[in-house]
Amino acid sequence: MIDLNLLTDGGVGWLDASGPSSHLVLSTRIRLARNLSSHVYQGRNSETEREEILQSVERAVRESVLLRRPTRYRLDRLDRIDRQLLHERHLVSKELAGLEAEGRVRSGASVLIQDRIGVMLNEEDHLRIQGLHSGFALDETYAEVDRLDTELGQRLAFAFHPEFGYLTSCPTNVGTGLRASVLIHLPGLVLTKEISKVLQGLAQVGLTHRGLYGEGSEVVGNFFQLSNQTTLGSSERELLDHLGKMVRQVMDYEEQARQVLVRDAPTVIEDKVWRAYGLLRYARSLSFEEAMNLLSGVRLGVGVGLIPDVAMYTLNKLLIYTQPAHLAVAEGISPDDADLPLRRARFVRKVLESEVGRRG
Amino acid sequence: MSCDQCREREAVVHLTQIVNEQVTTLHLCEKCAADKGVESPGSAVKTPLGTFLAAMGKGVDQLPTPRTGEACRCGATFQDFRESGRLGCSDCYRTFETPLRDLLRRLHGSTHHLGERYAERETERVPEPEVAMVPPEASHLREQLRLAVETENFELAAELRDRLRVLE
Repeated sequence: MIDLNLLTDGGVGWLDASGPSSHLVLSTRIRLARNLSSHVYQGRNSETEREEILQSVERAVRESVLLRRPTRYRLDRLDRIDRQLLHERHLVSKELAGLEAEGRVRSGASVLIQDRIGVMLNEEDHLRIQGLHSGFALDETYAEVDRLDTELGQRLAFAFHPEFGYLTSCPTNVGTGLRASVLIHLPGLVLTKEISKVLQGLAQVGLTHRGLYGEGSEVVGNFFQLSNQTTLGSSERELLDHLGKMVRQVMDYEEQARQVLVRDAPTVIEDKVWRAYGLLRYARSLSFEEAMNLLSGVRLGVGVGLIPDVAMYTLNKLLIYTQPAHLAVAEGISPDDADLPLRRARFVRKVLESEVGRRG
Repeated sequence: MSCDQCREREAVVHLTQIVNEQVTTLHLCEKCAADKGVESPGSAVKTPLGTFLAAMGKGVDQLPTPRTGEACRCGATFQDFRESGRLGCSDCYRTFETPLRDLLRRLHGSTHHLGERYAERETERVPEPEVAMVPPEASHLREQLRLAVETENFELAAELRDRLRVLE
């Protein structure tokens, strides 16, 4: 069993709802894809080469300021449940954790984490430098990621082409190698059925949306990850400014949709959010998806001021700790155990009871 | 409607741009649009996977293909890339430059990296002026060279070695 307590805040500092606009935006993530010019890419390299990559990056990391004392997890030496745990905390990708449908964890697959930044190693690219912040914080996140990239770039030889920029295993990431994602909660737009229009609009301006866990994941609990689609032909600054501007616009639309709901259908919305709260508070069995959807309802209720006394932090915590691997570990059972929905409902009841008081 | 650019051919591409909050629409013929690096309407579907699959599936077939079987130094062929969507090594970008350039244009609407440049950073970390002003003793240079080799900063080492040669 891995010890996630080795991480500052258990690696869930981004959940604390302390960042800007955290009533709408859960987290901001930025990653830079980099490869070493000395080695062939992941699809064609050998176990020995992946070890070499690991060693040279670890050497560079030790000399850095930002990632001097990282917590290190070798995913290839972890059980599936531990890999799932790291993935559920949004610290590693599904691919690195070897959790894809036919995926296996690759030898050398590792992650180095210190506070809000880290590096995934032997992922699709040799390095994925990443930063994760609470709330809507593109500038703060990029500043750290950029600094780490500079530090590592001085100690490692990155593959760089004068015209194409940073070279990546997949041409969709070439150029800046930058993907910035904002995890945003949009129940107002979903309820007013405006969401597809908004998502279409975003696609037209070069942004893309994904589900809670990034690439290839389903949208659950009205959480959307909005990110830049292209990585080449614009500077990092332009990509971030564009995404930031569009996210701010989506936030405005969401606020407007919520106002419309409260103004035009006050009883419907009030019933909906309290019903969600009631179910979470008293249900005896909850699937993960149901829990996510109910948490979304309560979050909306808190956001529009209908449900007092529930902290965003409590809701964020429930979002993470009701996931299959987290719950299974906490309860000491297998994530496939048929009892999981019962345990989930009990866990949610307990948290709400102790953190919300008796006014619900 | 005729093209805003050449005013001759029929406009088929309608490019809406937002610059400094101002919305402008350009009506262009296929040729002028291509000169401006704008995609023709067929490839305008811009979902990440959609674009990529379109480019990989239909698009790639239309790309100029390198001579059959031509492989990169790493052993990868363009066919391998078509199947996996992933390249074998950094040299693949040179080996398959022509079809990749086309693919990049389809994926990103551009082939030119405008972001941070890695090479510039490398020159940043080798400060020159102070040494150029006052030529240091050869022994000092030798010490620097030793340190550079130890820290595997080979570029700095090469430069120091050259300077030592001049001095000696």
